[in-house]
Amino acid sequence: MKKNNIIIATVVTMITIFAIATYVYNTKQVETKTNLATQNSSALIADHSPRKGNPHAKVTIVEFVDPACETCKDFHPILKDLLKKYPAKINVVIRYAPFHQGSDRMVAILEAARKQDKFWDTFDLMFETQSSWAIHHQARPDLFWNILKKSNLLDLARLQQDMNDPAIIKVIQQDLADGQTLGANKTPTFFVNGKPLPSFGYKQLMTLVNSELAANY
Amino acid sequence: MNSEKQAKNQQWMYIFGAWLIAALSTLGSLFFSEVMELVPCILCWYQRIFLFPLAVILLVGLFPLDKNVVRYTLPIALIGLLFTVYHILLFYGLIPETMQPCTQGISCSDDSMVLFGFLPIPLLSLAAFSTIIFLLLKARKS
Repeated sequence: MKKNNIIIATVVTMITIFAIATYVYNTKQVETKTNLATQNSSALIADHSPRKGNPHAKVTIVEFVDPACETCKDFHPILKDLLKKYPAKINVVIRYAPFHQGSDRMVAILEAARKQDKFWDTFDLMFETQSSWAIHHQARPDLFWNILKKSNLLDLARLQQDMNDPAIIKVIQQDLADGQTLGANKTPTFFVNGKPLPSFGYKQLMTLVNSELAANY
Repeated sequence: MNSEKQAKNQQWMYIFGAWLIAALSTLGSLFFSEVMELVPCILCWYQRIFLFPLAVILLVGLFPLDKNVVRYTLPIALIGLLFTVYHILLFYGLIPETMQPCTQGISCSDDSMVLFGFLPIPLLSLAAFSTIIFLLLKARKS
């Protein structure tokens, strides 16, 4: 009996230590991430970044996003809802993090669509149809092209030409470099007024946005 | 009678020790991957495959004490050790780059294998597997 108690005590101790270590590590990690974002606040927003909402809003959400990322697709309507709910109070800034194979070409489509003032429509369409062109974690711009053709959203001849603009490669490189500086190594990564999420999740994003709204308005 | 009881006590200590190390290593390994978010490389995965069951099977062998557990766990631990030795040879460059099976995805030999700047994970694995095997052999003899 005594031996059995030793085993049980050992199990309980180990699990407790594991839980405490996890808590301590995560707390430290949030601190590090926040410091990283504060020290490199200039890397958060680039002049070239697409944005939506009120440019003078006091709450800015920066999203590092990959068009081929499924979780980014799930968060897209959430951001749209926030913009609809607080059109004057929120500004959303898009930074590219094309981690999936082929995603950089999807970004090129977005940047070229921007020249036709159709960035957000194209972005919406991309996420709505993501399952048809993002296959096995690989972005297939050719499949999305067919979707674009049917949608009549864009002047495709012009789009094709604009996609070859070498400035697009620079935009992607800058966004990737800034993402690395800020520790945005997963998508989507959010910064609300320069603050990272304490841990990833819908609730955490809403809590942070609401607390920033409350602090600024 | 008394010496038999003593032998059982010793057996229990050895098997308990082996289980303790297996359980600590399992939790440690889970901490690296789930909390610190270090992605395990392929060789790490093979070692994990032969480490995790030890934490469960050895525990079963302690409730109540069953010496046969050594028979079942020793082969698992030995295979785990083989993978560890291979990993260490790779990590310290004793096996040439071209021979390594994990060129795609997470590298088995880069800096992410080193904890706190000085402690390579394969060495931890080697320490764990060899101690477990040592204790199991002791339990078999006593």
